[in-house]
Amino acid sequence: MSDSKDLTPASSGAPATTSDTQQALRPGAWPRAEVEHHLRRTDTDPRAQKRAVRQVSTMFLLSALMVVLFIVAFIAIPRDAVITLPYIGAIGALNAAMGVTFGLAIFLIGAGAVHWAKKLMSDVEVVQERHEMKTDADDTAVAADIYEVGKETSGFAKYPVIRRTMLLAMALVPIPFIVSLRDLWLTPPGVTTPSEELLVTLWKPGMRLVTDITYQPVRADDIPVGGLVNVVPADLPLVEEEEHNLNARAKAAAIVVRMTPDEIQSQQGEGWDYEGILAFSKICTHVGCPISLYQQRTHELLCPCHQSTFNLADSANVVFGPAARRMPQLPITVDDEGYLVAVSDFKEPVGPSFWELKESYS
Amino acid sequence: MKTLATHRRHPAAVIVAILVGLLVTGGLYTVVNSATQARSAEQDATQILNGKKLFLEGCSSCHGIAAQGTQNGPTLIGVGSAAVHFQVSTGRMPLANPGAQAPQKPREYSETDIAAMAAYVASLAPGPAIPTAADLDYSDADVAEGGELFRANCSQCHQAAGRGGALSNGKYAPNLMEATPQEIYEAMLTGPQNMPVFGDSTLPREDKQAIIAYVETLRASDDPGGWALGRFGPVTEGLFMWIGALLLVVACAIWIGAKVR
Repeated sequence: MSDSKDLTPASSGAPATTSDTQQALRPGAWPRAEVEHHLRRTDTDPRAQKRAVRQVSTMFLLSALMVVLFIVAFIAIPRDAVITLPYIGAIGALNAAMGVTFGLAIFLIGAGAVHWAKKLMSDVEVVQERHEMKTDADDTAVAADIYEVGKETSGFAKYPVIRRTMLLAMALVPIPFIVSLRDLWLTPPGVTTPSEELLVTLWKPGMRLVTDITYQPVRADDIPVGGLVNVVPADLPLVEEEEHNLNARAKAAAIVVRMTPDEIQSQQGEGWDYEGILAFSKICTHVGCPISLYQQRTHELLCPCHQSTFNLADSANVVFGPAARRMPQLPITVDDEGYLVAVSDFKEPVGPSFWELKESYS
Repeated sequence: MKTLATHRRHPAAVIVAILVGLLVTGGLYTVVNSATQARSAEQDATQILNGKKLFLEGCSSCHGIAAQGTQNGPTLIGVGSAAVHFQVSTGRMPLANPGAQAPQKPREYSETDIAAMAAYVASLAPGPAIPTAADLDYSDADVAEGGELFRANCSQCHQAAGRGGALSNGKYAPNLMEATPQEIYEAMLTGPQNMPVFGDSTLPREDKQAIIAYVETLRASDDPGGWALGRFGPVTEGLFMWIGALLLVVACAIWIGAKVR
C-alpha cells in the first residue's frame, strides 16, 4: 500500500515485531498477543485431553440420538396422549416429547461446540489487525471521476429543465400514500369528521336495552339491587348483519347496574337513572378496553387493562388510573311495557379520547 | 292351624291373600306417610329454631340479633338461603378478620347446621333459594353458548379461563376451578361480596347452566400445548420466559466465558 506509513500505529506500546511475525506465519494465522498464557489441563495431560474428546463427541452423539428419538416420538405417540409431570401437571405427551428431544438436539450441538472450543481448540490469545476505515486515495479519485463522467455524458448539468422537472416529479410521488391515509376511517353518510362519527352510536330515544349474546329485553323489575347486566341496543343484530363489522357494537356496548337510589351521589344528568338503575358505556375512556368489572359494594368499575377505576355512584368519575375522563352515562327510562329504553344517545363521545374531543361536546 | 291348613287349597285363598296383602301395605303406608308429613312440618320448625340458635351464636355479633345488619355486617333479611349456603359452605363466613374480602377457607359448620341457618334466614323474608338438583343439572346445557355468556358476563373479573383475577384495593375475583357447580350457581344468584347479582330474569336458569357447563369444560380440559402456567395467559408466560429462559441464557454465557483450568 502506498500510504502504509499512515497505517502503522503511532503508539510506542504496540509490539515492535508484529509485521515480522506476520510474514513468518501461514495465511489465516494471527500473531500471538504479548499476554501471559496459562496452559490448560487438556494441554498438559493427555488423559484429560482424551476425556474432553470423549465428552464432546458424546454430546454430538446424544444430539443425533435426540433427533432419532424425535422421529420415534412423532410416529409412536398418539396425538391425544396425556402425560402428568411433577409441578407441571397433565400436558400433551407428543408436544412434550417433541419439544424436549428437538430442544436437546439443538442444545447439545451448541454445548458440544462450546466444550470443544474451551477444552481442545487453541486458546492462545492473538492479535488481529483491523484495516484502515478510510477509503484509500486512489479509489476516491476513481469514484470522483466516474461521477464527473456520468454528469457530463447524461447532461444532468446541461439541461436544467430536465433536472428540475424530474426533482418535482419525484417529490410528488409519495403524496398519494399520504392522501390515502384519509381512508383509515370510513365516512358514513352525513358524517364529515372523525369526532362526529365517534359521537354517534346506535342508541336513540326509545331504543330498548337488550342483554348481550341472548338479545332479551330487560325489564326494570328484573334487575336486583347490586345487579349487573351487559347490554347492547336492540337494533344491533340488524346493523351488524348489514355492516358486516363490529364497529356498531364497539361503540354502543353498555352496562346496566342497580343501586339503591340514595346511594347515588351524583349523575351526569338530572334523572338519567331509573329508580337506581344506571347505564354506562362499556368502553374505557383510556384506550378502549371493554370493562364491566363492577364491584357492587363500592360501586367501582375497574378496567383490567390499566387499572383505571371509575365510581359509578358519583357520575362515573375517575378515582384512579390513567383514564382522563369519566365513563359516558346513557340516560334511560322505561317504556309502557316496563322494559328499559334509552332516552337519547350518549351525550359524550364513547371510548378513548382523541384530538378533537374538547370541541366535539361540552 | 289345622283350619288354615285345610283352607289353604281353597280357590278363593289366593284372592284373599292378595287382598289382605294390599290392605296391610296400604294401611301401613298411610300411617307412616302421615307420620312423615307431620314430622316434616315439625322438622322444618325445629330446623328454623336450630338455625336461629346457630345464628345467634355465630352470626348475630356482626349481622345483628334480628339479622337486621350492623356497622360490621350487612342485613341478611331477604338474602335467601342460597346466600347463606354459599357463604358458610365455602368457609367465607364466619369471617376470621375484617379485610378487603372474605377469603375461602375450610368450612366451620356441618351441612345440617348450614341447612338450618339457611332455613332460618329464608324464613325472615323471601330471597333466592338454594338451587335444586334440577337447577344444577347442566347435562343438557349448550357449552358453546355458555362460553359466549361466560366471556360477556364473567371473564372480565374471573379471567377467560376462569382462573380469577385482581380487583381494586385488595379485592379479587376468586378462581372458579375451586368452586362447585352449586357454588357457581349460588354466586350468580346472590352476588356475594363485591360480585354483582346475575338474577334469574336477566340470566335465566338455562344460561346459568350453560355457564356452569362451560366452566366444567374448562376444568376438565387438559393442556395439549404444554405447561399452562396457571392458564393466566401472556403475562405469566412472558414473565416465565424473561426470568426462566433468560436465566438459562445467562448461565450459558457465564459457562462460555468461564476460565478453563
